[in-house]
Amino acid sequence: MNVSRRIVLHFPPNITEQPVVYRLVRDFGLTFNILKASVSPGEEGLLVMELSGEEKNYNKGIKYLTEAGVEIQSLSQDVVRDESRCTHCGACITICPTEAFALEPRTRKVLFDHNKCVVCGLCVKACPPRAMILNF
Amino acid sequence: MVTTGTFGPMCGSGAFFNVGHSKPRMKFGGGKVYLNDVPVYTGTAAVDIFLGATAKELVAGKDVILTATAFGTDCYPRKKLETLINIKDINEAILFNLRNAYQNYNVAVNLSEKVIYTYMGVIKPNLGNANYSTAGQLSPLLNDPYYKTIGVGTKIFLGGGIGYVAWHGTQHDPAALRGDNGVPRRGAGTLAVIGDLKQMKPEWLVGTSMLGYGCTLTVGIGVPIPILSEEILRYTVVSDADILAPVVDYSEAYPQMKPDILGEVSYAELRSGRIKVQGKDVPTGSLSSYLKAVEIASILKKWIEKGEFLLTEPVAPLPGVESGITFKPLKERPIGE
Repeated sequence: MNVSRRIVLHFPPNITEQPVVYRLVRDFGLTFNILKASVSPGEEGLLVMELSGEEKNYNKGIKYLTEAGVEIQSLSQDVVRDESRCTHCGACITICPTEAFALEPRTRKVLFDHNKCVVCGLCVKACPPRAMILNF
Repeated sequence: MVTTGTFGPMCGSGAFFNVGHSKPRMKFGGGKVYLNDVPVYTGTAAVDIFLGATAKELVAGKDVILTATAFGTDCYPRKKLETLINIKDINEAILFNLRNAYQNYNVAVNLSEKVIYTYMGVIKPNLGNANYSTAGQLSPLLNDPYYKTIGVGTKIFLGGGIGYVAWHGTQHDPAALRGDNGVPRRGAGTLAVIGDLKQMKPEWLVGTSMLGYGCTLTVGIGVPIPILSEEILRYTVVSDADILAPVVDYSEAYPQMKPDILGEVSYAELRSGRIKVQGKDVPTGSLSSYLKAVEIASILKKWIEKGEFLLTEPVAPLPGVESGITFKPLKERPIGE
């Protein structure tokens, strides 16, 4: 069975120079789609990606990453909306590159679809009442 | 009766506080005072202070750190003070917004190649998006375009409590271009509003930060409009399709004070999610919450129905089209010639 999951990888400084993602492809036959990357040699790195492949291989790949010292987090909770702060103005709608925000036509409530979010963080800064929170 | 509402970032918002006298007394005026590290204006008297758009934590009932230093006088000898204060303990906390509830406003776009960070939000380059900021058909002054019922002394919903229209707002511009229906097609009238901050709720008075611009306050305002004549009724049935707003380039025309506009669009078009500017389809976003504006108008309706909110008649009208008042730019004059 094939699986496809969005994950956040935290690289400790000592392995940012290793070709970790390449090994996921070569050794485990996984495919990846990088959604966000911030990796500088000698510093802690961050990679947000969608990783897909045969479930057995996927699990092996995750095991390899863990053993290599990479900390793995699932993506779903990474950008969250503080419902008590959101005023439903809609300033986020045109800012989001993946159209994760939409207006409910009747009420004009701003809906946030977690599944479409790629954790780029643009909405976090652009939100006037500071309702969008980045959790890393 | 028609109730109106609006809930958006509003410049010109601030609050006065009288925190009470310490023992020994201290005169803040001429000294430096901070609330949670935010500087406040002290120039009015001994313990009256004025705070810009950051009153949120006080409204939420949280303790706030007050620090003060002053030069000391014979009758106000104290020079230094550090204490916690809470809104429930201080004498007065008065929200006094000099310019709220703008009657219509610009739609901001960006013709340049770079992202710009404005009080109208983040505007993407090459007409990447368009931001607008009024409640349109629900906005108080768009339902009373000629200020027939809203005037000085009108009782209103302000930040979840009760407030009053204190005066016409700064930059009030009744002579702005209007359509055949009387509705301004540019930013026009504004309201100065005042109310007891102690009654207000953080839900309806939200500290707001515009990236790269600074902080402001999102204020909930609701105004009742009594239907006293057919004419007033006609004004209140205004719909988004009847209200036009100017599209302005915030990369060049706005900062450089150029009067050029890129065209006009209706609020119905803005709310559809896309407008046409220079032949391009531009996605629209709002800074004003229509959902919350509807909620404010409904709360005010309930208050009135229950008899908890009685209407007031204005004690003076707002300056109208005939007043000759216009919104003037600053005329710079050389010094010392």
